[in-house]
Amino acid sequence: MIRLDRALVVLAALIVLPAQAQLAVRGRMVHTLDGPPIQNGVVLCRDGKISRVGPADRVRIPAGYRVLEAEVVTPGLVDAHSVVGLAGWLNIGHDQDQLETSQVMAPELRAIDAYNAREPLIEWIRGFGVTTIHTGHAPGELISGQTLIAKTRGTTMEQAVIVPEAMVVATLGDSSLRSGKEAPGTRAKQVAMLRAKLIKAQEALAKKRSRRGKGDKGGRKLDLEVLMHVVDGKRPLLITANRLQDIMTALRLREEFGFRLVLDGAAEVYEVLPEIRRAGVPVIVHPTMARAHGERENLSMTTAAKLVEAGIPTALQAGYESYVPKTRVVLFEAAVALALGRDEGLDFEEALGLITRDAAEIIGVGDRVGTLERGKDADLALYDGDPFETTTHCIATVIEGEIVFEGQR
Amino acid sequence: MRVFLFALVVAAVGLTVTFAQRSVQVFTGATVIPVSGPAIPNGVLVVENGRIAAVGPAGSVRVPRGADVTDLSGLVVMPGMICTHSHVAQPWGGDSSGPLQPEVRALDAVNVRAASVQKAQAGGITTANLMPGSGHLMGGQTLYVKFRDGKTVDDLALRGADGRVLGGLKMANGTNPQKAKPYPGTRAKSAALVRQRFIEAQEYRDKLANAAGDPEKKPARDLGLEALVEVLDGRRVIHHHTHRHDDILTVLRLSEEFGFRVVLHHVSEAWKVVDEIKAAGAACSLIAIDSPGGKLEARDIKWENAPLLEKAGVDIAFHTDDPINDSRLFLRSAAQGMRVGLSRQAALESLTLAGARMLDLDDRVGSLEVGKDADFVVLDGDPLSIYTKVLQTWIDGELVFDRSLPEDKKWAEGGWGAGSDNHAHHCCLGPTGRLR
Repeated sequence: MIRLDRALVVLAALIVLPAQAQLAVRGRMVHTLDGPPIQNGVVLCRDGKISRVGPADRVRIPAGYRVLEAEVVTPGLVDAHSVVGLAGWLNIGHDQDQLETSQVMAPELRAIDAYNAREPLIEWIRGFGVTTIHTGHAPGELISGQTLIAKTRGTTMEQAVIVPEAMVVATLGDSSLRSGKEAPGTRAKQVAMLRAKLIKAQEALAKKRSRRGKGDKGGRKLDLEVLMHVVDGKRPLLITANRLQDIMTALRLREEFGFRLVLDGAAEVYEVLPEIRRAGVPVIVHPTMARAHGERENLSMTTAAKLVEAGIPTALQAGYESYVPKTRVVLFEAAVALALGRDEGLDFEEALGLITRDAAEIIGVGDRVGTLERGKDADLALYDGDPFETTTHCIATVIEGEIVFEGQR
Repeated sequence: MRVFLFALVVAAVGLTVTFAQRSVQVFTGATVIPVSGPAIPNGVLVVENGRIAAVGPAGSVRVPRGADVTDLSGLVVMPGMICTHSHVAQPWGGDSSGPLQPEVRALDAVNVRAASVQKAQAGGITTANLMPGSGHLMGGQTLYVKFRDGKTVDDLALRGADGRVLGGLKMANGTNPQKAKPYPGTRAKSAALVRQRFIEAQEYRDKLANAAGDPEKKPARDLGLEALVEVLDGRRVIHHHTHRHDDILTVLRLSEEFGFRVVLHHVSEAWKVVDEIKAAGAACSLIAIDSPGGKLEARDIKWENAPLLEKAGVDIAFHTDDPINDSRLFLRSAAQGMRVGLSRQAALESLTLAGARMLDLDDRVGSLEVGKDADFVVLDGDPLSIYTKVLQTWIDGELVFDRSLPEDKKWAEGGWGAGSDNHAHHCCLGPTGRLR
């Protein structure tokens, strides 16, 4: 009986998969981000994974494969930090789930409990080649919650999400300051509160370890359960800090608690590149076209280029927008980063890396996505010209071998 | 008599020569895009006393002796850009006291030393319509400016031949001006309030006419109605924020009833009512946003508005709505239009000449033509490529932005100090550091 079941599954796979998932993508230029670009390249996608990448004269396209052609082929784009799926396009109460303001620190808030896979902005960014997003609770509270990593597909969270609990989000500086008994009113208070909370998590972790094997589990606390993963280095703490002093505070906290820090926003980071480099901290820099006001008034559109040239792992992001446009598109952000960053030494593939390979590495899914290489997910973006030119169109987006967008956007 | 004439001619020639040495600037070698005509490879632009004295291909344009010649080989010159809807320099209008405030003037609010002015120069924007916000049905009088390096608002404000400060009137409908009392709560109420005020303006105008200059018979001065009379007389254009298809039609209906000239701004759902816009003869000032929505009434915004309106024969311009879009990236908006089918010519006009027409300034700015103001930008490539940078911005023949200077590069890219309001010392110094 069991054998029969297995046979049926294999049979079903044989019937369904060839039509659905066997795909060859030819590009006049294929940017694999895993070695030099390939002129007249071919990417073979089999059962949702990349099975072969190489020049057309060396890679034979097997019979029965559907063939897509494009001027330029890149890895599916990776948005290293977004709020899409939680912050909806209409910007009215019922579609804004990115920030809970009743609590100053809420690490227990899971992004999976709020992710709306049918959000139209997901379909929108998919049409520009974005296939993977690191999304979740927005900056704006001291600890606003968690993030997840999803593919831009599916109609349910379960179909979309590949990492349900990715990072914990913290915000330093003005945007998480409020007056009141519970909320911090100054930077120093803010940091004192955060330190106290992390110390509680350390104590809880120590208690848990000392109880190991003794059976007595004690009362569960969702917030500390999450922060224990932060202080034991399992889950990165994504700290949004734009002002110079807040960036340095983030480094100081990392030094004290030894967590894995991912620096986010980082508008004034260009002032402390050696410090960031020494600390080995990756940076998910603000959108290139983010509005230069408030704590980001001193942002530079060349920061991503400067970070890359300093040898710091760097990614770009769509970020959070409170108003129009409700999401940015990382393709456009990288385009401007390249246009203005060329003087700093940034080149085409480095700019592309900010929204593919390097973004995937920083969010921890570099083994699955971000480059076109054998064994990785068959996530690709196809363009009818230089993807960064404003007048170029995305003509197809492929996720795990499936064409999820085809047209001209 | 002959001797006298001869002396006059000599004097005139002498004057011209001295003048030429002082204020004739010639720019050679660039591809000149006049916008009013086809691009001129290896073009020559002659600027005299802040105006364009000649423009044409090398060889066809006489270069005056002693002129200050700048070689721009390999570069591109196009007209200074015109932003028909900008909030640069904090031009705030009405307060929270009520929905109809046509009496307030952006003139009395703008801060010409704001960092945003420097950034607009860095983006190649030379002329702008500085607008109050959209939280009122009538938000106030807008101000047409040139982004000169100015000390006071008078240095930037544009004036008509009669000395009048130029500007339009900002209006808005849809959800932005709808809020708690005394603001309207519905669309019908919004329209009724506007109609009532325009009727009052008509009556006020009639009273003024009947008084025939007799101070005894003149009605008491009303600053708001005075502005609306200018609107009724066609001397002040309405710049109308509007998104939804039905709101767009409401604007056109009011425009027809009261005969005012209107430019439709944002016009998110223009694609639904292209024929109606065309029939009304209204121009459209569009915004290019990287994703739809952000607010309910902008849900259906489409980049395709631009090519669809172009095909219908509607005059279209882009605007930054700075800070919504950054003035430094204005060129990108036209390229986004081209991405979905806008013609190259319309794309170039949408940044320059079309905007000039919407502000009634097309006799002065918007194209590189003899007699127009010498407002132009020098680019390092094609205006519609993302890789192209603005190298220089010139207004009235004066260099106001020069990317080769570290201070100006900071405004172009951002960086430490780029967020602060312009420091006072910039008031009197051009980018070359010369005291003016």
